[in-house]
Amino acid sequence: MTLDDIKGILGALALTGRGDMEIDIGRAYCADLMSDVLAFSVTNSLLITGLTNAQVVRTAEVADIKAIVFVQNKRPDIQTIAMAEAKNIPLFVTELSMFDTCGRLYERGLRSQMGPTV
Amino acid sequence: MTVNSDGVFFLTGKDFANAGSASSNLKGILEKRGIPAEVIRRASIAAFEAEMNVIIYAVAGMMHYTITPETIKVVLQDMGPGIPDIGLAMQEGYSTAPDYIREMGFGSGMGLPNIKRNADKLTINSVVGEGTTVEFVISLERSGR
Ligand SMILES: Nc1ncnc2c1ncn2[C@@H]1O[C@H](COP(=O)(O)OP(=O)(O)O)[C@@H](O)[C@H]1O
Ligand SMILES: [Mg+2]
Repeated sequence: MTLDDIKGILGALALTGRGDMEIDIGRAYCADLMSDVLAFSVTNSLLITGLTNAQVVRTAEVADIKAIVFVQNKRPDIQTIAMAEAKNIPLFVTELSMFDTCGRLYERGLRSQMGPTV
Repeated sequence: MTVNSDGVFFLTGKDFANAGSASSNLKGILEKRGIPAEVIRRASIAAFEAEMNVIIYAVAGMMHYTITPETIKVVLQDMGPGIPDIGLAMQEGYSTAPDYIREMGFGSGMGLPNIKRNADKLTINSVVGEGTTVEFVISLERSGR
């Protein structure tokens, strides 16, 4: 699934300008606890979260997460967006809830690294 | 590259705007040395958790790194409240973080366990009322741990 696909499925808005929309996203992880993200996410994945502070972008950076989707129309401040831009981590915002965001992506085949195969 | 390199970053307690920048800079330095991505990820995650602990709990501190052809060693030394019971602090889920830290996405009590999981060696020394030193080593020789 590409970033472009994800943007379309979620009706999301891109907050960052650069970044390759054709990058393939193989896995996703959703959490508001950054230590959980650091413990359980995998590289080259998508982070879905309701938190918008600068540490979310730092977390993505150190964990090699490819892109971040903020749910429920929550937007980070301009400094956080600028940091993501500088680190080449595309940010998206969707109006959908956390549940619906995950549900729609799951329905279209996106999985976590440890999710059920059934 | 065979030369050793080292350096230090200074950390200020409660400086959340810059929290994580030391680990981010360290990650950049490791990338420039051409260290395997999987090793860099482990070092960066461990450094970030340890850096956040200094920012959250201590007054001030520093992160010192030493990179040799064999290892990445990172030492975080802080002036702060110290840890009364290190065994308890190491338990998954144990946290004394206040609510506003939880609202920032930290304080789930997984930081020290995350450092342990990613490092090949972890040593914590702490004196209550003085401060804490967290030292971890990541081996470059055994990749794919
Ligand atoms: N540098 C430090 N100085 C003082 N106390 C610390 C420090 N690092 C960790 N601690 C203590 O250890 C506990 C567990 O730390 P950690 O596993 O990182 O979880 P968390 O930070 O989410 O609470 C903290 O809640 C805190 O009480
Ligand atoms: Mg912590």
